[in-house]
Amino acid sequence: MRAASKAIIEVKDLYKTFGKDIEALRGVNLSVERGKVVVIVGPSGSGKSTLLRCINHLEVETSGEVWVDGKQLNEKNKDINEIRAEIGMVFQLFNLFPHLTALGNIVLAQRVVRGRSKAEAEEIGMQQLKRVGIAEKAHSFPAQLSGGQQQRVAIARALAMNPKIMLFDEPTSALDPEMIKEVLDVMLDLAKEGMTMVVVTHEMGFARAAADEVIFMDEGLIVEHGPPQQIFNNPKQDRTKLFLSQILQH
Amino acid sequence: MKILDRLNRIPWWLFAIIFALLAAFYFVLTTQSFRASFDFIIRGISITVQTTVYAYGIALVIGLVMGLGRVSRNPVFSNIARFYVEVVRGIPMLVLIFYISFVAVVDVAGLLGIEGRDIPMNLRAIIALAVAYGAFMAEIFRAGIQSIDRGQMEAARSLGMSYSNAMRYVILPQAIRNVLPALGNDFVAMLKDSSLVSVLAVRDITQVARLHAGSTFRFREAYTVLAVLYLSMTLVLSALVQWLERRLHAGRK
Repeated sequence: MRAASKAIIEVKDLYKTFGKDIEALRGVNLSVERGKVVVIVGPSGSGKSTLLRCINHLEVETSGEVWVDGKQLNEKNKDINEIRAEIGMVFQLFNLFPHLTALGNIVLAQRVVRGRSKAEAEEIGMQQLKRVGIAEKAHSFPAQLSGGQQQRVAIARALAMNPKIMLFDEPTSALDPEMIKEVLDVMLDLAKEGMTMVVVTHEMGFARAAADEVIFMDEGLIVEHGPPQQIFNNPKQDRTKLFLSQILQH
Repeated sequence: MKILDRLNRIPWWLFAIIFALLAAFYFVLTTQSFRASFDFIIRGISITVQTTVYAYGIALVIGLVMGLGRVSRNPVFSNIARFYVEVVRGIPMLVLIFYISFVAVVDVAGLLGIEGRDIPMNLRAIIALAVAYGAFMAEIFRAGIQSIDRGQMEAARSLGMSYSNAMRYVILPQAIRNVLPALGNDFVAMLKDSSLVSVLAVRDITQVARLHAGSTFRFREAYTVLAVLYLSMTLVLSALVQWLERRLHAGRK
């Protein structure tokens, strides 16, 4: 076991190939310490989302190792559901369950996975909805909510499982501009509370404000990583400079 | 033009059928010879309804299990499901009914140590129809499951739910809702195909009508009554399915 290491997520020499020749990841090493916020940036197709999805095994690595909280993820791992329950995931397109209310979305996995009673799950669900600021929408169905509200319900759904880690896969990319802030605010609060977070995003403002470490990926590799000041103000690699110049122009 | 539009929107065909049915019923019930045929044939109605309802219920279960098999990543399960669906769909319904009733059921009964002859034809008919329709329903369920966005399964799994729990609580409730109209249409189709079990001498309305026609030579009366009976049942059911479909559609947003 790697109890000696402070890292709660450890990725070693990770390769992921889709089909025969699409190499999404080409040897990625990453280590995330407990309570840290890591923001992954990079052009589309650089492998950021794939890396994130490997951390909870929504994608299975072609080779390499993924360790979460001292346990290695692999295909035969019988505990994969237990490990996943400790890792909250927020998706670009929310992926709320449309046949359940906001509260129903949050209650389901608590009952099925955590075995909580209905009353307990609903109480925790309401607390989480309050935390993300939409308790009054508890009994609305996803289709009745705005994008920003849906994403906040999705965050509440993940948080209700009391995860040790939260993964965010471009959580604001599908949102109208006026709704981005409400989601980022929730994420900032979460970061302040000490949640371990890995965030794939194009929101550089969030990265500056919340990240302990920024990782720049391109073509399936980590090109550069470091504290946000260093990456944004003083990037060392040309590719990082080029990317930042393209993204920060406006 | 506006009047034409409005006239086009009215389901004249439905009125025509309803009118024809009412007229037919009136005629059948008030004409001595037709009335006699009706009174005789209607005695088969409970067998027709029973056969359809039981076979449909069993077919739903078979269809759900095999539909899950079709989308399963377990190679044994998925291949069994595929094999079943392809074989059953490639054999005419009538042949299938003969084969299952006179060969498969007898063989399976033999394996279980039961005398094949002891199994009543009514039961064989139900099994045959259920096995035949299970294949169609498996494809309906498969399509329904595959119509649900992949992100739903991913979200459920990312919360730590097992594949089967994700299926049960997240995918199937949405999938079944999507395929309800198709399942309803299959019920109507099955009601009609239940007439095929008359070849097993099961006394459904078709068989009773054949017997009646054969013994009285009132072919016109017997088969008119028979057709009117099927048509009135299928029309009511189709209307129900359409109503259900519209309600689901309205409730979607």
